[in-house]
Amino acid sequence: MQDWFIITVSVLAATIRVSTPLIFCAMAGMISERSGVIDIGLEGKMLVAAFAAAVIAAETGSPWEALAVAIVTAVAMSLIHGFACITHRGDQVVSGVAINIVASGLTAVLGNAWYARGGETPQLEATQRFLGITLPDADNIGRLPLLGPLYAKVISGHSLLTYLAFLLVPGMAWLLYRSRFGLRLRAVGENPAVVDTAGISVAFLRYRAVMINGVLCGFAGTYLSISQSAGFLRDMTAGRGFIALAAMIFGKWRPLPTLFACLLFGFLDAGSSRLQGVPLFGRWQVPVQLIQALPYALTVILLAGFIGKAIPPKAIGRPYVKER
Amino acid sequence: MSTDSAPVAAPDNPGDAPAVELVGIDKRFGAVHANRGVSLTIAKGSIHGIVGENGAGKSTLMSILYGFYEADAGEIRIDGRPIRIKSPRDAIAAGIGMVHQHFMLVDTFTVVENVMLGAESGVLIQGSIAKARAEIERLGRDYGLVVDPDAVVGELPVGEQQRVEILKALYRQCRILILDEPTGVLTPQETDQLFRILKALKDRGVTVILITHKLREIMAVTDRVTVMRLGEVVAERNTAETDREELAVLMVGRKVRLAPDRAKARPGQPALAVEHLSLTDEFGVKRLDDVNFSVRAGEIVGIAGVSGNGQSELLEVLSGIRGPTSGLIRVLGQEVKAGGEQCRPDRMRRLGLAHVPEDRSRLGLVSAFPAWESAILGYQRDKAYGFGPLISTSAAEKECARLMQSFDVRPPEPGLGCAKFSGGNQQKLILAREMARNPKVLLVGQPTRGVDIGAIEFIHKQIVAMRDQGSAVLLVSVELDEILALSDRIIVMFQGRIVGETPGERADERQLGLWMANAQADPGGEGPTVPRGPAIPGLTLQSPTLPRPTS
Amino acid sequence: MSAPTGPLPRWIDIGVLPIVNLIMALIVAGLIVLAIGASPIEAIQSMAEGAFGSLDGISYTLYYATDFIFTGLAVAVAFHAGLFNIGGEGQAYIGGLGVGVVALTFDHSLAFLPMMLLGIVAAAAFGAGWAFIPAYLQAKRGSHVVITTIMFNFLATALMNYVMVYVFRVPGSMEVVSRDFESSAGIPQLSEIMAKFGIVISNTPLNLAFVWAIICCVAVWVYLWRSRGGYELRTTGLSPKAAEYAGIRPDRITITAMLISGALAGFVGLNEVMGYHRFLLLDFVAGAGFTGIAVALMGRNHPFGIVLASILFGALYQGGSELAFDIPTITRDMIVVIQGLVILFSGALAYMNRPLLERGWRLYAARRKPAATFVAPGTGG
Repeated sequence: MQDWFIITVSVLAATIRVSTPLIFCAMAGMISERSGVIDIGLEGKMLVAAFAAAVIAAETGSPWEALAVAIVTAVAMSLIHGFACITHRGDQVVSGVAINIVASGLTAVLGNAWYARGGETPQLEATQRFLGITLPDADNIGRLPLLGPLYAKVISGHSLLTYLAFLLVPGMAWLLYRSRFGLRLRAVGENPAVVDTAGISVAFLRYRAVMINGVLCGFAGTYLSISQSAGFLRDMTAGRGFIALAAMIFGKWRPLPTLFACLLFGFLDAGSSRLQGVPLFGRWQVPVQLIQALPYALTVILLAGFIGKAIPPKAIGRPYVKER
Repeated sequence: MSTDSAPVAAPDNPGDAPAVELVGIDKRFGAVHANRGVSLTIAKGSIHGIVGENGAGKSTLMSILYGFYEADAGEIRIDGRPIRIKSPRDAIAAGIGMVHQHFMLVDTFTVVENVMLGAESGVLIQGSIAKARAEIERLGRDYGLVVDPDAVVGELPVGEQQRVEILKALYRQCRILILDEPTGVLTPQETDQLFRILKALKDRGVTVILITHKLREIMAVTDRVTVMRLGEVVAERNTAETDREELAVLMVGRKVRLAPDRAKARPGQPALAVEHLSLTDEFGVKRLDDVNFSVRAGEIVGIAGVSGNGQSELLEVLSGIRGPTSGLIRVLGQEVKAGGEQCRPDRMRRLGLAHVPEDRSRLGLVSAFPAWESAILGYQRDKAYGFGPLISTSAAEKECARLMQSFDVRPPEPGLGCAKFSGGNQQKLILAREMARNPKVLLVGQPTRGVDIGAIEFIHKQIVAMRDQGSAVLLVSVELDEILALSDRIIVMFQGRIVGETPGERADERQLGLWMANAQADPGGEGPTVPRGPAIPGLTLQSPTLPRPTS
Repeated sequence: MSAPTGPLPRWIDIGVLPIVNLIMALIVAGLIVLAIGASPIEAIQSMAEGAFGSLDGISYTLYYATDFIFTGLAVAVAFHAGLFNIGGEGQAYIGGLGVGVVALTFDHSLAFLPMMLLGIVAAAAFGAGWAFIPAYLQAKRGSHVVITTIMFNFLATALMNYVMVYVFRVPGSMEVVSRDFESSAGIPQLSEIMAKFGIVISNTPLNLAFVWAIICCVAVWVYLWRSRGGYELRTTGLSPKAAEYAGIRPDRITITAMLISGALAGFVGLNEVMGYHRFLLLDFVAGAGFTGIAVALMGRNHPFGIVLASILFGALYQGGSELAFDIPTITRDMIVVIQGLVILFSGALAYMNRPLLERGWRLYAARRKPAATFVAPGTGG
C-alpha cells in the first residue's frame, strides 16, 4: 500500500510538471481558434520560444530576460501566421504547417551555427533557470501522513511557470467570459459578420487573439527549455504542440475542460514511463507505444463523434470577406 | 420615368424635419445600375413602406442608408442635417438601426449577450449584462417585445430571434428602424405580432422603414408607401389613399409584352407530375407547402412569383439535388421516391430530365474548366464521351463545338476557360448542353438573367423549339415578361404554395401581379377580385396615371 | 483555399508566380545564411556542385526526388478533391511497413518479379489503408481530415515503434531493424543494372522506383484529366455545388481521393525499404511527407510541376549534404528551413505577390496596345 501511494504521489507530481507546457499551448490554441483562426503551428512556436529562451538564458544568465525574448519570438511567428491568414486570407492550415517546418529547421540551423553542438544549446546553471519553488512549511507539513507528501511533493516544489499555468486557466475563463474583449472574440469566431456590422474591426480582434497566442506559446517554450530541462535539444517539443491541439479539441475549446484534457494527456505521458515493465492484468505488460498513442487515438475517437461532439467555433478556418 | 407622388400629408408640427431624406442616390455595381437617382422622404414617426420586385433596388438603397455601401452620388439627410454614412457605425451613431433579412445574431450567445455585443459599457461585461437585462425587460414592456433574456438565441423560434434583432437596434437608441423583408420566415401569427410591435414603436416616435414585396403588409401597417422599379422610384402614395390592386400594378408595371411567334401548344401525356410536395428546411420554415401540378409533354408551364417563394426549392427538389420532406414526383409515369437514393440528379438525368439551373455560374458550369469540360457536366458518365473509365477529349471537344455552333456561342472555342465567356454565352452553352439530348422533361430556371438582349430572343426561341419537339418544359422566372411570353400555362407561387393558375394566352398581368404579391386570397377576405377590363394582347407601355381601360 | 480572380494571363499564373514565390523563399533563406556568417553565394555554389556536379550527385538527387514525387502526387490528388492530406508522412511509413511485411514473408518463396509486383501492391494497400479511417470519418461524420491525419501520423510512429521492437527486431540485436531481405526482394538499383551491362558505377540508392514514380506521374495525369473519375474529383474540388448538380457523390469522392493519396504516399516505402535499405527500419520517411506538401504547392498540383519541384528539392537535399560538408556552420536543416519557407510563400502567401504582378502586367499590356478598350466579360448570374 505504501508503495502504491509513493508511486501515485510521484506520478501526480510528474503529471503536473508534464502538463505545464500543454496547458500554455492549449490555452494559446484556444484563444486563436475561438477567434476563428486555426492554429496548427503551436508546435513550431513553442519550439522557437524554447530555443530563444535557452539561448538568452545561456548568454545573459537571466531567466526573466530569456522569458521576455522567448515571448517576443513566439509573437513574431504568430504575427507571420496572422499576416498570412488574416490580411492575406491565406490557407490557415498551410500557414501553420509552414511555421512548424521553418521552426524545426531554423532552431537547428541557428543552434548549430552558434554553438556547434549538433543543435543543442549549452547546459544551463541553476541560476539561469526557473527551478522549483518550495511552498512555505513544506518540510513540516510534509511529515504529516497522507496529506503531507501531497502538499510537499505534488503541490509544492513546482516552478513559478507551472503555478502561472494553473492560474492562467481561470484567467482565460475570465478573459473569455467576463470581459468585453472576450465577448467580441467569441462572437468573431462564430459569426464575424455580426461583429463587422456592429462597427468593430474583425481583423484587429483576430490579430490581438493571435498575439496573445504568441505570448502563451512563449511561456510554454520557456518552461520546456529552461525549467523542465536545462537547455535546448533538437526538436525538443516532440509533438507536444499537437497533443496540446488534441487537448484543446478534447476540451471543446473551453478553459476548464481543456485543463482536464491537458492533465489527462500529461498523466498518460508521466505514467507511461513509470508503467514500463509493470505488469497489469496478470502478466501483460502495457507497451509504452500504446500509452504514447493514447492521446492521439482518443482525439480521433472524439472527432468521430463517438464520445460526444466536438463542435468548433462556427466561423473557424474561413477567412472573413465582407459579403454584400 | 417621371415619378408619381400623391402629396405628402402635412406634418403635425410644421417645424419637424423629415426623419430621413434621400436625395438623388445613385449607385452602380459594375454594369448594374442598382439605384438611379433615387429621392425619397420619410416622415418622422411614421411607418413607411418600400415595395418592389426583385432587382428594384430597395435593398441596395437601405444598405446605403445603413452604411454597408456608399452611394456614388447623392445626399442623405437625417432630421434635416446632411450626414455622411461610411459604415454601420456611422449609421448607428445617427440613430439608424436595421433588422436584416438574414439575422445578424450569434447563435451560441444568449439574448442579452447578442443585444449588448458592440454596445457594451466598459471592459468588464458584468455591468453591461445587468444594464442590458434591465433594458430588455423595459423594452419588452413598452413595445411588447417579450423575450427571455437568458435564452440561447440559436434555440429560439425564428419569430423571437427577430425580436432580438429589433431589441438590438432599440438598445442602441435607434430612432429610425429599417426592416428588410422581415416576414419571409414568419408564420401569420408571428407576422401579426410583429405588426403590433411596429405600431407600438410608431406610437413612441420611432420611424419605421419597411421593405417588402407583400402588399398585405403594406396595407396593414404603413402610413405611406414608395414603389420602386428597376432602380427608380415610380410612385409614392399615402397608404390610406391607395389599395393593393393599384400598388400591384405599379410594382409589376406595364411593359411591352414580347410575344414571339409561336404555334399553339399541342400537349400530350403528363411527363412530370408532382403530388403533395412539401419541404421544410433546417430552420423549420416551410419552403414548399403541398404543391400539386403536372407538366404535359409539348407544353411550357411557367412558375411565376417573386423570388424566395419556393421556386428555387422546387427546382432543387425536381432536379434531385435536394430531397423533399414529403410528397411524390412522377417522371413519365415512373414514381420517384421522395428523398433518399432515388432522387439524385444522375438518376433524374437517366430518366430523361434535364436541368438548366438558376445559379449558372456555381451550378451550371465550373468556371475554372475549359468550355469542353463544362460541356459534359452532368453527363460525364455518358458512353458517347469516352471508352470505359476514360474520357475522350476529342469526342467531348467535338460535342462542345457542335453545341457552340448550334447555339451560336461566341467565341466558339471549346478550349477557352468558362470564366472568359460572357453571361449570355455561358447560358447558351448550358442550354445547348441540356437541350442536346432532347430531354423528356426540361427544367429551366432564370434562363435570361444577366443575358444581353440579343441572346434573350434566341434562348426563348430554343425553349419554344424544345416544347414543339415534345419536351415538357417547366420554366421558373422572376421576369413576368418572360413567363407571359413563353408559357402555355402559368402557375403563381407564394410562400411555397400555389396561389393561382391560368392559361398563358388569356393571362391578365394584373391578376398575376395580385397573386404574386398575395394581394388577394385574404383568409377572411373578399375573395378573388374580377380583373378590370379584358387583357389586350400586345398591350403597349402605359403610364400608370392614365385611367384604367374600360371595356 | 482562397483563389482570387484577375486579368493575369494563365502562363503568368502557372509559370511566373511560382518562381516569384520560390525566389522570395530563397531570399529569406539567404538572409538567414548571412545572419549566421556564411555566404549565400558560396552556399548555392556548393549545393549546385553537390547536386549536379557529379554522376553520384545526380544519382542521389534523383533518389531523393523519387520520394518527393510520390508524396507530392499524394498531396496533389487530395488537393484536387478539395482536401488537405497532411498524413502523407504516416501513410508513407505504413506503406513501407506493408512492403516490409510482404518482403519478410515471401522473400524465400517468390521470385524477383512477382516479389516486386507484390511490393507495389502492398505499399499501395497499406498506405491507402492508413488513409481510409480519416477519409471515412471526414466523408461520413464530418471530422476534419487535417486533424485526423495529423493524429494518424503520430499513431503511425507509435505503431511502427511497437512493431519494430516487438515483432521484427532481430533477436539479440541492439539495432531496431529487421533481418535483411533475400536478394529476390529488392528493387534493382542503378548500379546493379549498370553492372549487368558491364558498366561499373558507384553504389547509390537510386533505383527503379524512380521509374515507377514517373509512371505514377503519367497515371495520375491520365486519371485526373482524362478519366471520368478524375473529372468528378476535380469538379468536386473546384465547385462542390456544380458537383452536386452533376450528380456526383461528395462522400465517395472524399474517400476515393484519400485512398489514392494514401496509396501514392505508400510508394515511398517501395523506394526506401525495397529499393534502398532492403530491410525494415524506423524513420525512413524522414519528413518526405511534409516535403510533398511543399512540392505539390510549388508544382501547382500538376504532375509535371511536381516532377520539377521534386528534382529541385532532391537537389536541395543532396546539395545540402555537400553544403554541410563544405560549410559546417550550415547544416542540412537549412534545407528544412527552405522547405518551410517554400510552403509559406507558395501556400499561404501564394497570392501576396499577385497584385504586384497584375499591376506590372497591366502596365506592360497598356504600353503594347494603347487603344485597346477592355470589355470585361459578363459577370454572369
